[in-house]
Amino acid sequence: MQFDFNSTEPLYLQVAEQIEEAIFTNSFEEGTQVPSTTEVSKQFHINPATVLKGMNILVSDGFLEKRRGLGMFVVTGAHAKIREKRQTEFYEDYVVNLVKEAKKLSLPETTILEMIKRGYNNG
Amino acid sequence: MAKLKPIKINHVSKYFGKQQVLDDIELTIEPETIYGLLGRNGAGKSTLFNIITDRIPLSDGEVTIAGQPVTDNDAVLNRIYLMSEANLYPSRMRVKDIFQLTAQLYQGMDMALAQTLAEQFELNMSTRFNKLSTGSRSIMKLIIALAVDVDYVFLDEPTLGLDANHRRLFYDALLDSYAKRPRSFIISTHLIEEASNLIERVWVLQNQHIIIDESTESVLNKGFAVTGPTADVEAYTAGLNIIGHEALGNLMVHYIYGELKGDRPIPDTVSISHIDLQRLFIYLTNQEVSTDEN
Repeated sequence: MQFDFNSTEPLYLQVAEQIEEAIFTNSFEEGTQVPSTTEVSKQFHINPATVLKGMNILVSDGFLEKRRGLGMFVVTGAHAKIREKRQTEFYEDYVVNLVKEAKKLSLPETTILEMIKRGYNNG
Repeated sequence: MAKLKPIKINHVSKYFGKQQVLDDIELTIEPETIYGLLGRNGAGKSTLFNIITDRIPLSDGEVTIAGQPVTDNDAVLNRIYLMSEANLYPSRMRVKDIFQLTAQLYQGMDMALAQTLAEQFELNMSTRFNKLSTGSRSIMKLIIALAVDVDYVFLDEPTLGLDANHRRLFYDALLDSYAKRPRSFIISTHLIEEASNLIERVWVLQNQHIIIDESTESVLNKGFAVTGPTADVEAYTAGLNIIGHEALGNLMVHYIYGELKGDRPIPDTVSISHIDLQRLFIYLTNQEVSTDEN
């Protein structure tokens, strides 16, 4: 068994994830400014320090950049970088759990592969 | 003004007659930080606020800023505002005159903000204080607390008597005001869920003592629910700081506060998740003797 604290993850990580998701879906486009910590803080009633901590994760991941006196902007190429990161994490995030659950249910490898194929073709 | 100094609460104790309400309280209130003071009814939250703001005398210890005791120290008390249930205003005074009076008593008040908030909360500034409903009185005091020019704002149950819309408006206004002019807010509240995301640091007052004084993040990091068949859960949580449990037939949940054993294998049948501040608070303050630190 593995730790999975996603349901009640630290708030700053959730902030980072939500903004990352918004960049990935182009709600926040590359080169544009993202909402300020104050805006996010007010909207969701989260302490600004928490919001900032979340945003700083995205800065160190290279998805956001600080422009002095202006605020935070989505880095050009952030979309591709996020995709790359998520592809890397796909195995840990999805495959490992899928196999674990399949084993609990005594589903053999061939059945899982078949299911994946079916899902892929139907998707 | 010069860089702000924290408020230090040094070994403060308080007795009412023979009954001890606070025992050897030690806290530091840093500038520009939002604190949450949690405690059950009668735990002494209001007493602690009243002592820090010099409304009532302490029995032992001292409260200082930059080494100066706050007791009878107008220069320091000018920088501190306490919003509480007590109604200290002349009953026939109008709201706008109360605002003016407050501005004179402290170092000023943001009248433009007060006016905007009064409009948002639909508070008529021409109404006399004794004609205000309980909710409107709370609103008036909140507006003062947000608009008055001080560095430390104590809010004792600020949302008491406010409906959901006004509570939301209050949190909006609080964070807006905090962003524009960072200062310390110390909030005591029963509505833990609503406030928990605002609070940077948590204090829990229980049995005359502060049993938790930590960042919200670190408190939440230490709270776990361990769920599974009773025997497996008990085997896993043996020796951990179990603060509560719930059983549903053979399905057991142990609530833990503190470190898990990293080297202990987690059985396949057991799942572990974090718990929210409200639940953590309930279990921590149900305990007779709290063991908050390992």
